[in-house]
Amino acid sequence: MLKLRDGIVELYRKVATSLPPDVEDALKSAYASEKKGSNAKKSLEVILENIRLARETSRPICQDTGVPVFYVKTPIGLSQIELEKTIIEATRIATEKVPLRPNAVDIITDKNTGDNTGAGFPIIYFHETPDSTLSIDLMLKGCGCENVGQIYKLPNEELKADRDRDGVRKCILDAVYKAQGRGCPPYTIGGGIGAAKDQVTRLAKEQLMRRLTDINNSDILSKLEKRLLKEINALGIGALGFGGKTTALGVKIGVNHRHPASYFVDISVSCWANRRGRLIW
Amino acid sequence: MVARKFPPRTDSSKAKKVGSEKLKVQKEKIINLPLTKKDVLGLNAGDSVLINGTIVTGRDKMHKFLFYEKPLKKKIPFNLNGVILYHCGPIVGQSDAGYKIVSAGPTTSIRVEAYEHKIISSYGFRGIMGKGGMGERTLEAMKKSGCVYFHAMGGAAAYLADRIKRVVDVWRLEEFGMAEAMWALEVENFPAVVTMDAYGRSLHKEIEKQSFNNLKKLIAK
Repeated sequence: MLKLRDGIVELYRKVATSLPPDVEDALKSAYASEKKGSNAKKSLEVILENIRLARETSRPICQDTGVPVFYVKTPIGLSQIELEKTIIEATRIATEKVPLRPNAVDIITDKNTGDNTGAGFPIIYFHETPDSTLSIDLMLKGCGCENVGQIYKLPNEELKADRDRDGVRKCILDAVYKAQGRGCPPYTIGGGIGAAKDQVTRLAKEQLMRRLTDINNSDILSKLEKRLLKEINALGIGALGFGGKTTALGVKIGVNHRHPASYFVDISVSCWANRRGRLIW
Repeated sequence: MVARKFPPRTDSSKAKKVGSEKLKVQKEKIINLPLTKKDVLGLNAGDSVLINGTIVTGRDKMHKFLFYEKPLKKKIPFNLNGVILYHCGPIVGQSDAGYKIVSAGPTTSIRVEAYEHKIISSYGFRGIMGKGGMGERTLEAMKKSGCVYFHAMGGAAAYLADRIKRVVDVWRLEEFGMAEAMWALEVENFPAVVTMDAYGRSLHKEIEKQSFNNLKKLIAK
């Protein structure tokens, strides 16, 4: 698995040092729409210049190279134990070579392991597929934006949010309002709805792997995503919280079936540097 | 341990001090560190600035440490008077030539809200820099001591690293690790916006209020 290991190191480098084209395009449109001389426009100018610099000099876009999250689709018969070992080894190498900032801190000793590996670090989700190819998706999830994520249980009296899609809409608007500029907007918002807390949290984060141009399979959810994007941008928080027209670049919602007694809504927030990439093997 | 003196403030021919006549035609105010109280009072929320001189980094662990352990100023190897405390956990490379900052954008400031007010008054900082702004206690402490908040460009870590010319020194690297140590960094034309001033004005508070009104309207729909 040596070659695969090197492939994963390269995936780390690509994801840490460059942004997917859909995200960069959305940031360019945001820049074009802001008023000349405004702090929002200036911020977006610096952001775009930073993206260019990071790509050209192969340096991390943001010093917080985050928590690495892997979504791995494995063909039948490929050992997950071996794959996990390979990913961990690649993480150690990438930390030194890219470089990534060492972010894994032991809860008990409070010591940083120095190589981005530890208990549950990086996060790896496996899923077996009937396909013959191995597909490895990586997200580098910065924690300024991770910290502004929220979870809601519907109904929510304070928001006058009932157990329906309009209730979901209110939760997402409230979460972005609460985030303000703390998690580096323009954000990408992932929403996850379903029966159990752990499940919706994972589902919400997975939505951030969808391209901004991707259209939801459900017309109803697609409409809700579009409406929410418009409404979030009417909040006026703006790029980096300076005020302005673009608080979010996209809203992506995923749903699971719920239990009659539960209605969980989780909101996962990505900063403008929505760093994701895929390796097909 | 003797407190290390930072290089004296140097006013290069291009750099104009705060309050200079030429500022009126300039887009950004040029700041030379260390700052005096008078310098700080010349800054208002909304001002774009370019920072020159030596700043120090400090984030979660450093704040907790300064707040609870209260190390005496003379135990800290840097003279912090008039300096900017930058909420940042950089990526630092090391070679035979010494340390080099690879990537160094701001981290979210609100996490140290519980500590900052005391750190401003105890250690003499004239500027706090980070992202996302801070709360009431910090705003109050800034007003009392004469200190401002600089909002740096969140996530623009490569761009900002290029404005860091040199690593002057580092404190507590062994104990706290790369991201949490206090790095003294010499910066040149480091861009930021004053978003909380020493007169008690906070742009973050204003935007939060506006967005709250917008939220109320959208939720009522």
